[in-house]
Amino acid sequence: MDTVIQFSYVISAALFIFGLKQLGSPATARRGNMISAIAMLIAIVAALLDQGIVEYQWIAIGFLVGAIIGGLAARLVQMTSMPEMVALFNGFGGMASLLVGWAALAPGSATFTLVTIIISILIGGVTFTGSMIAYGKLSERIGSGAVLFSGQQVVNSLIVLGILGGAVMFCLQPENINWLYLVVALSLVFGVMAVIPIGGADMPVVISLLNSYSGLAACAAGFAVNNNILIVAGALVGASGIILTQIMCKAMNRSLANVLFSGFGSGKTETTAVEGEIKPITADDAYYILEAASNVAIIPGYGMAVAQAQHVVKELAELLEKNGAEVNFGIHPVAGRMPGHMNVLLAEADVPYDQLLEMDDINPRMENVDVAIVIGANDVVNPAARENEGSPIYGMPVINVDKARTVFVLKRSMASGFAGIENPLFYKDNTRMLFGDAKESISGLVREFS
Amino acid sequence: MIPAEVFLTFILMLTIFLGFELINKVPATLHTPLMSGANAISGITVVGAIGLAGTGQQDISNWLGAVAVGLATINVVGGYMVTDRMLAMFKKKES
Repeated sequence: MDTVIQFSYVISAALFIFGLKQLGSPATARRGNMISAIAMLIAIVAALLDQGIVEYQWIAIGFLVGAIIGGLAARLVQMTSMPEMVALFNGFGGMASLLVGWAALAPGSATFTLVTIIISILIGGVTFTGSMIAYGKLSERIGSGAVLFSGQQVVNSLIVLGILGGAVMFCLQPENINWLYLVVALSLVFGVMAVIPIGGADMPVVISLLNSYSGLAACAAGFAVNNNILIVAGALVGASGIILTQIMCKAMNRSLANVLFSGFGSGKTETTAVEGEIKPITADDAYYILEAASNVAIIPGYGMAVAQAQHVVKELAELLEKNGAEVNFGIHPVAGRMPGHMNVLLAEADVPYDQLLEMDDINPRMENVDVAIVIGANDVVNPAARENEGSPIYGMPVINVDKARTVFVLKRSMASGFAGIENPLFYKDNTRMLFGDAKESISGLVREFS
Repeated sequence: MIPAEVFLTFILMLTIFLGFELINKVPATLHTPLMSGANAISGITVVGAIGLAGTGQQDISNWLGAVAVGLATINVVGGYMVTDRMLAMFKKKES
């Protein structure tokens, strides 16, 4: 029987890999996810066949409760709330790994097993509380700004030292359960401390990193219970999270250390004055310019998600196309609160994915664009990143909307972006500001067209 | 005979390289579904939890295992369903 179980894990691992491969193209992605789900089902059935299992009632209750909660949450969540949903699920996965690591502790465990137990508890704990804080920030249940206090570094260093000390003592004296409790408690505290100094717009990095941790925690739990399917699946997730983290950091031209420790955007403002004046525009005038345009680029940001404007944006894009214009969307890698956030929202509004261009594809075309419409984006279209060496975001790749003939910026007010950085785009000669709620402003334009 | 821990570490090493190769090719437009799909996979912990929840020992490991089954199942079921919901919306332009 054990051989059958182990071979089922081999099949399951192959299907996980194949499923992830299929996730690499929009045409096959849905099938890929299905294949990955089948792989999970095979692994679970195989695990249930284990002869060590004598009692099924707790497993059944766990399945039932988990399936109901997970299923309802997946069905009811709004697409705009996807980042916090992912954070929440992620946290549960981390907690599960912590508990498995803990439960794997048996008298007389080898030192190697003890080390893996403590690692799965540590990573699982950090993933759990870190994800919960990320959830709180993303859903705005707690303030989304960076939380910094004096002596933060010292406190964090002490926590890390405490974890290390506790971990070593646990491996030396596993019979003293207090060391275990110490590491569990400090891991949970550390997860909180690691995420509070990170501000809202850096969330794409954090959520990718926590995703990676949840995989690594599963991996460590796999070592603790000596199960290779946990190691394979966990390592795949770990690798995927690390790659996304790298992509996000590169898109902000910042190192991972800078994102995690600097408390970026916590109220420092620059002093460099920007020359020029703000030129507001009315929906009427904007309509006349748009009507004459033959090439329009739409650049969405987090503001589009907040205003839930994706459906009216799609409506506007359709009207522009009917009017004979070519319409493309330019998506910055860190627009929104998680990797690919804008793509999902626009997909929800039925915008075909081949109309969504990545930054590197839209930038060379920008000079031929008649009107670039910036909806609730700020830092990702800031030309200071290209021109002003003194700017905190200098060197960050941005979408060069200022090179379009005319730029419309849809914005609530003149408050600066998340990073507290002045945006010279707003003062350029070819920029017109359309103030107000993004959804209402676009609805206004749509009404003018019809 | 290779000791178990060496064998498992070997698997880990190969899988990490494989994971990097696989994910590097995923286009930006699929990053959110990729992340939530990967998230569902990380619920694989449920497999480890099942073994601990079914020992019938009525000890702390047993209880912890049962709770872990529940939490990991939320992760698995919720993760796959929400990913499917998202992917169902991705459409190519009809020409």
